[in-house]
Amino acid sequence: MRLPVETDPLLREARDLRWQLPRNFNDRLTEAIYAESARIAERTVTRQGTSRRLAFQRRVDRVLTNPWTGFPVMGLLFAIVLWLTIAGANVPSAMIADVLLDKIYPVLRAAALGTLPAWLAGLLVDGMYLATAWVISVMLPPMMIFFPAFTLLEDLGYLPRVAFNLDRLFQKVGAHGKQALTMAMGYGCNAAGVIAARVIDSPRERLIAIVTNNFALCNGRWPTQILIATIFLGAMAPASLTGVVAAGAVFAVALLGFGLSLLCSWVLSRTLLRGEASTFSLELPPYRPPNVLRTLYTSLIDRTLFVLWRAVVFALPAGAVIWLVSNLHAGDHTLAYWAVSGMNPFAVLIGLNGIILLAYIIAIPANEIVVPSVLMLTVLLTGQAGGEHAAGVMFETGDEGVRSLLTGAGWTALTGVCLMIFSLCHNPCSTTLYTIYKETRSFKWTVVSALMPTVIGVVLCALIALVWRTLA
Amino acid sequence: MSSACPPSACDTCAVPRGPAQRLGLDVGKADYVVALAGNPNTGKSTVFNRLTGLRQHTGNWPGKTIARAEGGFAYGGKRFKIVDLPGTYSLRSASPDETVAREFILFGKPDVTVVVVDANCLERNLNLALQILQITDRAVLCLNLMDEARANGVEIDARGLSRELGIPVVPCTARSGEGLPQLLAEMHAVASGAFKPSPYRLKLAVPGLREALGRVVARLRARFPGLANAEWIALRLLEGDSAVGEMVSTGTLGSLSADHASQEAAATGTTGAASKEIRA
Repeated sequence: MRLPVETDPLLREARDLRWQLPRNFNDRLTEAIYAESARIAERTVTRQGTSRRLAFQRRVDRVLTNPWTGFPVMGLLFAIVLWLTIAGANVPSAMIADVLLDKIYPVLRAAALGTLPAWLAGLLVDGMYLATAWVISVMLPPMMIFFPAFTLLEDLGYLPRVAFNLDRLFQKVGAHGKQALTMAMGYGCNAAGVIAARVIDSPRERLIAIVTNNFALCNGRWPTQILIATIFLGAMAPASLTGVVAAGAVFAVALLGFGLSLLCSWVLSRTLLRGEASTFSLELPPYRPPNVLRTLYTSLIDRTLFVLWRAVVFALPAGAVIWLVSNLHAGDHTLAYWAVSGMNPFAVLIGLNGIILLAYIIAIPANEIVVPSVLMLTVLLTGQAGGEHAAGVMFETGDEGVRSLLTGAGWTALTGVCLMIFSLCHNPCSTTLYTIYKETRSFKWTVVSALMPTVIGVVLCALIALVWRTLA
Repeated sequence: MSSACPPSACDTCAVPRGPAQRLGLDVGKADYVVALAGNPNTGKSTVFNRLTGLRQHTGNWPGKTIARAEGGFAYGGKRFKIVDLPGTYSLRSASPDETVAREFILFGKPDVTVVVVDANCLERNLNLALQILQITDRAVLCLNLMDEARANGVEIDARGLSRELGIPVVPCTARSGEGLPQLLAEMHAVASGAFKPSPYRLKLAVPGLREALGRVVARLRARFPGLANAEWIALRLLEGDSAVGEMVSTGTLGSLSADHASQEAAATGTTGAASKEIRA
């Protein structure tokens, strides 16, 4: 056997010495550790028969990780969480919108116009305040239900079972089974999911997990999905079924994301990142009754308020930018007009409109502000409400208000569906992109992570628009 | 030591008692550094949160803590900096999360390493504990999840375990706070040097290994004076650990131990320097 040339004298000596030792000394050391552990445990641990609790947990696991029953249970649990979120968020959403948009906004606007120059009043109230108010009323209620529900499942110990079930699928597409865990983190925040990929040892599989993490809908995109599904798809069903239809639509988009993530992993592991899936051991921890109150508290403080704060921080400058591009003129029209009308032909081709694309550009720092940006731009550009001459703006409250605003601007169910797809498949937010760069140290893979989902999104939306228009 | 002395001794014992003062993220100047190690999903982050008052996210799945988290608390008049390490099954492989844990225990020179183990599966958890005891003397075993163990009909002779391992063993249920006062007392005793554990060392019963180790250790000491854990590193080299080999050939081993030592001296002031001397 030929040995690689070892230049370091110290390492060379260690290697030479290794050849003088018994060949299996490595295994013997490992065995010694195991034997010692067994000996000590033998002397200090006593077990009293088989416990009923363990037997019960094993029975539960047999159902939850069974190939036939595991997947339906998984889907059902996820769908229930979504339905709870959609059904429960409607009322508080309308209440918050009523206070922030109907009550406070006209007062603020009147006060600002009375004391400040018109441009400053517009920038502050029509721009920054309005964007922030929309972020809060659109995002806060669904987050307050979705996050705690998700965290409860996590604390119960359900996530490792999900990873266990999905392992088979990930292995088939040449990815690491722990990608299920990084995706689960991605459902909270893609930047966190990308960092979580550190649990994957193999660099090849880590890259796959990082590049495809964006297909897990994040915090910032759930509210978009839920709102659009409710007002465009749920509304087409009878009132009693609104929640179920909307939840089904969001579920379908999330499922599509999961499918795309598998597909992209498969393609990558057969082209740029060729290789076999590596094995690993996954511990299924015991089910632990979650501490409900503490879970509610931490998921509200740590996640909901954290995400909301981030959204507000990004909404304030974005609101200013939106107001500026909608009010600064270049030639005969505003900047926003030029941008929107320039992008409109292409946008319409893929089932969207220019306003949505402009909103996505403005919202690159944070997905959270996509819907508020869309709403603001629609208001400011179509002059439905507000505008420089209006004394006050009347908003209808809640989902119905948003719906009439958007249908008034020419939106159809097709726009809603395409927006949901595009929200799933577009570039990750700038925070996530920066995290990808930091984790991979590769400009190339950062670009791939941004372009791959965007291209897929454009193609999917174009196909849907084509089929929809042909059939309609 | 609460696991080794009669209850009657408590009244006269000099070991500080009572609750710890949580310092959260305020770890500016610490007297002692505590490392929190253990298998995945044994409740390290729960112990960490309990002691520091922080809300490091805990989750019921292995691999939750990826990077290390730091926090602080004060106890017995001393300030402790506590580092929550990613969960690992072993110190012998080189995955990113295991490397974080391994390098901190090796080069972070913690004043005490708390090994958190799941009382329900002690045997498997002991593998890591024994490996940690190869590296450091200053360790305390936190026998966590005792509530589940009781519910599962598992009984553990904590005193016997303490005798076997040669380090303090404290049965705990971190979620409810059970056992944490004793854990704090033991951590304080070991960190301050009031109690010097003499941990069980694995016998390296392989013919010729002792001699081979001696030669590599001598080489290592010559190249990296003041290197801690030279024997463990030598063993890894003999076993052909390429990650450790790279640290030797590129010289990062020297700068790593120097870096951590100077960081610690800067962070802990004179106490840190003194405690380093004891171990040197």
